[in-house]
Amino acid sequence: MLKTFPKGGIHPPENKLTSGKKIKILPVPKVVYVPIAQHIGIPSEIIVERKDKVIIGQVIAKSGGFISSNIHSPVAGTVTKLDKIIDTSGYKKQCIVIRTDQKDESNFETPDFPLKSEITMDQKDILQHITNSGVVGLGGATFPSHVKLDLKNDNLVDCLIINGVECEPYLTSDHRLMLEKSDEIIVGIQILMHALHIQEAVIGIENNKKDAINVLKKAAQFDNRIKVAALQVKYPQGSEKQLIKSILKREVPIGGLPMDVGVIVHNVGTIFAIYQAVQYDQPLIERVVTVTGKKLQNPSNFWVKIGTPISDLIDEVGGLPEGTRKIVNGGPMMGKAIKNTDVPITKGTSGILVISEEEASRQEPKNCIRCGDCVFVCPMGLEPFLLMNLTEKGLYERAAKEDIMTCIECGSCSYVCPSHRPLLDYIRYGKNIVKKLETSNN
Amino acid sequence: MEKILLKNWKPLIIKMSKQPIIISASPHVHSSRTSKKVMYDVVIALIPAFLVSLYVFGIGALILTTVAVISCLAFEYLIQKYLLKTEVTISDGSALITGILLAFNLPSGLPIWMIIVGSLVAIGVAKLSFGGLGFNIFNPALVGRVFLLISFPLQMTLWPTAVENQTNIADAVTGATPLGVIKEGLMFGETMTELSAQIPTNLDLFLGITGGSIGEMSALALLLGGIFLIVRKVITWHIPVTILVTMALFTGVFWLIDPEHYASPLIHVLSGGAILGAFYMATDLVTSPMTKKGMVIFAIGIAIITVVIRLFGAYPEGVSFAILIMNAFVPLINTYFKPRRFGAKIKSQIM
Amino acid sequence: MTISVLYSVLLLVSLGVIAAIMLYIISKKFYVYENPLIAEIEDILPAANCAGCGSPGCKSFAEKLVNTEDISDLFCPVGGNNVMKLVAEKLGKVVAEKDPTVAVILCQGSCDVRPKTTEFQGPKSCAISSLIYSGETDCQYGCLGDGDCVDVCQFDAMYMDEDTGLPVVITDKCTSCGMCVEACPRDIIEMRPKNKRDLKIFVGCLNEDKGGIAKKACDVACIGCSKCEDVCPKDAITMINSLAYIDPILCTLCRKCVPVCPTHSIIETNFPPRKENIIEPNVIAEVKLEKLKTDA
Repeated sequence: MLKTFPKGGIHPPENKLTSGKKIKILPVPKVVYVPIAQHIGIPSEIIVERKDKVIIGQVIAKSGGFISSNIHSPVAGTVTKLDKIIDTSGYKKQCIVIRTDQKDESNFETPDFPLKSEITMDQKDILQHITNSGVVGLGGATFPSHVKLDLKNDNLVDCLIINGVECEPYLTSDHRLMLEKSDEIIVGIQILMHALHIQEAVIGIENNKKDAINVLKKAAQFDNRIKVAALQVKYPQGSEKQLIKSILKREVPIGGLPMDVGVIVHNVGTIFAIYQAVQYDQPLIERVVTVTGKKLQNPSNFWVKIGTPISDLIDEVGGLPEGTRKIVNGGPMMGKAIKNTDVPITKGTSGILVISEEEASRQEPKNCIRCGDCVFVCPMGLEPFLLMNLTEKGLYERAAKEDIMTCIECGSCSYVCPSHRPLLDYIRYGKNIVKKLETSNN
Repeated sequence: MEKILLKNWKPLIIKMSKQPIIISASPHVHSSRTSKKVMYDVVIALIPAFLVSLYVFGIGALILTTVAVISCLAFEYLIQKYLLKTEVTISDGSALITGILLAFNLPSGLPIWMIIVGSLVAIGVAKLSFGGLGFNIFNPALVGRVFLLISFPLQMTLWPTAVENQTNIADAVTGATPLGVIKEGLMFGETMTELSAQIPTNLDLFLGITGGSIGEMSALALLLGGIFLIVRKVITWHIPVTILVTMALFTGVFWLIDPEHYASPLIHVLSGGAILGAFYMATDLVTSPMTKKGMVIFAIGIAIITVVIRLFGAYPEGVSFAILIMNAFVPLINTYFKPRRFGAKIKSQIM
Repeated sequence: MTISVLYSVLLLVSLGVIAAIMLYIISKKFYVYENPLIAEIEDILPAANCAGCGSPGCKSFAEKLVNTEDISDLFCPVGGNNVMKLVAEKLGKVVAEKDPTVAVILCQGSCDVRPKTTEFQGPKSCAISSLIYSGETDCQYGCLGDGDCVDVCQFDAMYMDEDTGLPVVITDKCTSCGMCVEACPRDIIEMRPKNKRDLKIFVGCLNEDKGGIAKKACDVACIGCSKCEDVCPKDAITMINSLAYIDPILCTLCRKCVPVCPTHSIIETNFPPRKENIIEPNVIAEVKLEKLKTDA
């Protein structure tokens, strides 16, 4: 029996169309739009001005506070303007617009980074490198990694969990990264274990990626502190709390963090970025993005520079197909639908999904038939029908008592509802209001 | 050509396909399960029981079912369109199921006007006056049945005897159900061994050669349908299995103490619509609890009340009343038997 | 037979008497003293329970009025100055006088001038949709059209115009309670002073984008050209972030700004039509000729 979390979960069709496709390098874009708010926390502060010349990896916006991160230029070129561009949220946000210098050779090289498995730095230097390189959680949450690794007391954490699950349908960026950079990932894990004095690490991978499981097992065979755990295919297996419960059987308490049960969780992409930051002093300027969709001519995985407009990626896979109705930044369960393809790629973009009419359209919602399916699938043990009801009626205090804030917004409830009720829309709105009420009370 | 299209993408895509890009909140995919499919699965599960009733009661069963279904659909249409002036929802299948289940709870040969009255009460009073699908507290088919039972007790307890009445309605010979025979006999001081000659054998009860309402005949057909529903994930095993097991336990205790004055648990489980009630009426999605713990409590309550009515009450049959009584407790059960929150410190969330 | 009837009657009567005595004792024992002024003030107030005064209902506002010493900053917008004067007389305290206001919708981006570029699928509620996306059009500041303001108005003073997709305020019924202002997630509704003939001049746009982008999204957007600011004789117009705003207190309703706006973004309501001074060219020539003749 494969390990999994006991409560809730759904099995959407996997549609991993690109799991067999090697990651290609996307041609350098002509213009990059680098937003300053690519992470959770305070937006970075811009330190360049119009007409400045920048080189690859130069810091163009520095950390704006404790929970913040540096942002580096992904290309060598000139800063053309500091403008407000529509980003994933649909609203215009501040960006740094850089025009790539087509004559600069450094934009077109693909430097080779051979495997460096020796760890020569100590804890403080490792953390300093991670902080300087602007590494954030690449699983989609974009929490600045150096803050997560800033432990007051080393004895708090006894296990490092690596999230290679990728439970969202359609996305394969983590899968390909694990297949192609397995040795580097193991070294990255060893770096973190050395920095935080942790003795045990487990890589969690869903059982539909058997090749990645074998490759990582082979890469970790000489380090018996690192284990690979094959997990049952269920959504949302990749959610932090569910992952800890599956692998270690520990439950993060309500309102708590993984550190409260002695665990730190990181995505494999983040581990690879940490490896590059520590061993080669490389800042985070590119990431793997899956471009996929049933009607796309050539769905693929790419190494993409941060700030590339999505239209470049769509061009590369053969253009938008006829009858496209939705473009999603992320996976189909938790991604955000975007208006057009001028939106840039950010550090948190793991995939672009192009959906056509049959899958895209929502149906008219009907009355709740009180079937209890939403209660059955909720991985956090909540009652989505009740939370939607309370939010509709404006009873926010009661909703707070029913633990609306522990919702992880995975979308399982809306997915299964036979009456097509927009459960997650109302729950999200309820969470927003409850958060506002709580901050105004304190 | 392609490059030019993509550069001026936004305005052109609107002219070309005439369908703009959709924006909605996540999730952007949906499971293929809809409430219509759930309803039609229940209809399919009831087909074996319907076929048995046709075999045993002939035309009578057909007329009963057809009249009930048509009047339920008609009343829902008329009330929604002309009285309440809201959207007409007869195509979602719930009125169809109410009609079939109401028919299965009635004796064959009931006058047609009574069936229509029963449908009016079931749809108009028990369902639409509460707000329509999803808002009713009581199972509509059972409300209709109990209303008819209390208003017309004579006609509702004239059970045509099985098998002889395949073609002739006029020559219907009426008799009592096995439970009715047992109740009367025990009241008049007969013992079980004397009575067991008068009631069908257990095998007959299982297969369906017995008296009663047209749906509660064949335990076999009903079980087949019930297993189909569990496999298709329309219902879960918690309610039906708990009801039947608890009933068997309770009646078993009494039977062990005094086998001459209490019927065996097998007779109780196989007759009187216990299986029909357990699999189809108590598991009605709208009127049953929404958590597993709640469902088990609900089922135990139904079983206890049924056994009490059957053994100590005036009626020989208690499933309908038991289910309706427990329906009234369902909102309370939903409030107090919540699922355990992930990360909560106490083991279960019983407040 | 009659004895049993007698017993039943006696039993019920005595039960009734016992219940009545118990109720009397309890009502006397747990009596709560309430200032009779509160009930009188509550009668004067309009009983709309709209929370426009800041208190949850008219009864609690009456309590607040009676119990606070200085009520000069308390005001009932529905009752207006008349009601507040009556309250002042009753209580012997001083109240403020406020000018009447009315709710104004500061967006005129209807369906024909602000084309829709995407389709939204989700709950029909402005508060929820503003969390999810920036709107079905290219203007992220304009009205979303789902009618949260109309739903929250308790005086039936607002309705949704089906043709334009914008809410409409019926100024006679508007009591300026302020519920619609709070309900709008984009702050499109503003309270502006109301005068006798309901004359208003305001900029019907909230778009802070630069000129070209604003105009592409909506035909009647404010492009920030500042022509209105130049022409205003009272300096009532300010330009912030490429958006003009007319201060209602400084504005004297002279109408000089309305014709100079290149996108017709400034709206005037209930003014009489302008008199056009159309001068015939022939008449001018004749007048000039006459003048020359007389001069000569």
